[in-house]
Amino acid sequence: MASDGQLLDYVLRLADSDLILAQRLGEWVGHGPVLEEDIALTNVGLDLLGQARLWFAYAGEIEARLVGTGRSEDQFAFLREGGDFRNLLLAEQPNGNYADTTARQFYFDVWHELLLTRLAQSPDQRIAEIAAKALKEVSYHAERSADWVIRLGDGTEQSHARMQSAIDDLWMYTGEMFAADDTESALAAEGIAADAGALLPLWRERIASVLAQATLTMPSAAWMQRGGKQGVHSEHLGHLLAEMQSLHRAHPGAQW
Amino acid sequence: MSHEWPLWEIFIRSQHGLAHKHVGSLHAPDAEMAVKNARDVYTRRNEGVSIWVVKSEDIVASSPGKKEPMFEPASSKVYRHPTFFPMPDEVKHI
Repeated sequence: MASDGQLLDYVLRLADSDLILAQRLGEWVGHGPVLEEDIALTNVGLDLLGQARLWFAYAGEIEARLVGTGRSEDQFAFLREGGDFRNLLLAEQPNGNYADTTARQFYFDVWHELLLTRLAQSPDQRIAEIAAKALKEVSYHAERSADWVIRLGDGTEQSHARMQSAIDDLWMYTGEMFAADDTESALAAEGIAADAGALLPLWRERIASVLAQATLTMPSAAWMQRGGKQGVHSEHLGHLLAEMQSLHRAHPGAQW
Repeated sequence: MSHEWPLWEIFIRSQHGLAHKHVGSLHAPDAEMAVKNARDVYTRRNEGVSIWVVKSEDIVASSPGKKEPMFEPASSKVYRHPTFFPMPDEVKHI
């Protein structure tokens, strides 16, 4: 039987991937290649931030059930150290060029949509509600990022080359999305969490179809990075957190 | 060869029953992305239920230089307005 501790861990994984990727997308504000993209990408970031807040609020409730008091959204976001974060390594990878950002988003969005589709059926009412709400936003994200992979891949010689190397470089961060540990397995056995491995064939099929349209080659490397979901991160997360948390740490409890 | 994305004119229908209304323009590489960009630029605050995009270059416009021959003749023809009929008081909303 899955414990509340495992449930908390799982919900924080969902929250953290959303939050960290939202922060990354926020770094593009004012730097987008064109005004339209600047706004569109920021919209995606804000969608993810909104989803992170819902997950954090639920995490706080679970924590309160577990130990009497639960942390607030701000406490989760701004007062944890790097090793406490449970986001996917993919989410914390730097923005790079626009192809890198697009590839990261594409891999994430396709997985995210499949995951939320499954979570919308979770017997845990709160998970199901949050997932159903988020799914509407994420379906659009997935469509949009696939559009860009196709346009950049099947664009100019330079955009094709950049898109292909971005797709190749980030590939090793995708395995983690489908590798369940004890936490996920215990929750998935009860249907509360998604069966991570079961999403892989669907994800690969979708990725392959878009890459084919984009005239890009699907990477085949088998070795995958992992650790994000257990709190073992790449060196990029520390820098991201330093920027994201600096204001709250300098002015604790600051309000707009 | 131009590397600029083409310009698109954006029309939004704010609610069912109303007509699409011109709201502005934006750049996009193709029609499909123009719809998506319009969604992100012009409907962020719940402004619409439907979007039309039209390539700006496909719009044929009247020439501002021909304003006088185009529009001035209409201004002296008040009899084109249906204001010369006595209306019964019971008829509302005309």
